[in-house]
Amino acid sequence: MGHKTVTRADLAEAVYQKVGLSRTESAELVERTLDLICDGLVQDKSVKLSSFGSFHVRSKSERIGRNPKTGEEVPILPRQVLVFKPSNVLKSKINKSMVGSGK
Amino acid sequence: MIKSELIQKLVDENPHLFQKDVENIVAAIFDEISNALARGDRVELRGFGAFSVKNRPARIGRNPRTGEKVNVGEKYAPQFKAGKEIRERLNR
Repeated sequence: MGHKTVTRADLAEAVYQKVGLSRTESAELVERTLDLICDGLVQDKSVKLSSFGSFHVRSKSERIGRNPKTGEEVPILPRQVLVFKPSNVLKSKINKSMVGSGK
Repeated sequence: MIKSELIQKLVDENPHLFQKDVENIVAAIFDEISNALARGDRVELRGFGAFSVKNRPARIGRNPRTGEKVNVGEKYAPQFKAGKEIRERLNR
C-alpha cells in the first residue's frame, strides 16, 4: 500500500494552521503533549483521550520463550507493555471512510 | 490521566496561552492523527509509537450461543505499536 506516513512535522503543521502560533512554538507544543502523555502513562498507568482512545500500561508476567532459530529456551522476564484501545468514535470514523474504498 | 488533565498541565506550563487555544492544540493533534488513519495512512511518532490501520476481511462468523452462521463484513482496525523510548521508560 503506497500510503503516506504522517509525522511530528505534520502534527505541528496542523497546530500551526488551526491555532496560529509560530511554527516553532507549534512544534514545541506537539512535543510537550506527547511527553506529558508519556509521563501520565508512567505515573497513572493509563491515559484516556475521549473520542480518540485510551492508552493503558499492562503488566506481563514471566514466561518461557524459545529462540526460533536454535530452539533454545530463554526466560522472558516480567515486563510492562503499552496498549492502545481505540474509541468507538475513532473506529467508526476509520470504517466509514475505508470500507469499500479498496485501500 | 484524562484529556482535561492533560490540557490543564499544558495551560499551567504556557501562561501566555488561553485555555481555549490549548484545547484547540490538543484537538488539532488528535484530529490530524484520526484523519490520517481514516485515509489509511500511517502515523509515526518516534519515541512515542506508531499508529496504522489494518484490514480485517469479511468472514463468516458464528453466534456462539445458537451456532448460527452470520456474515461479518469487512472492517478496518487501528493498531498502535509503542515506541522504543516509552517501552524502555516503562521498564526502568
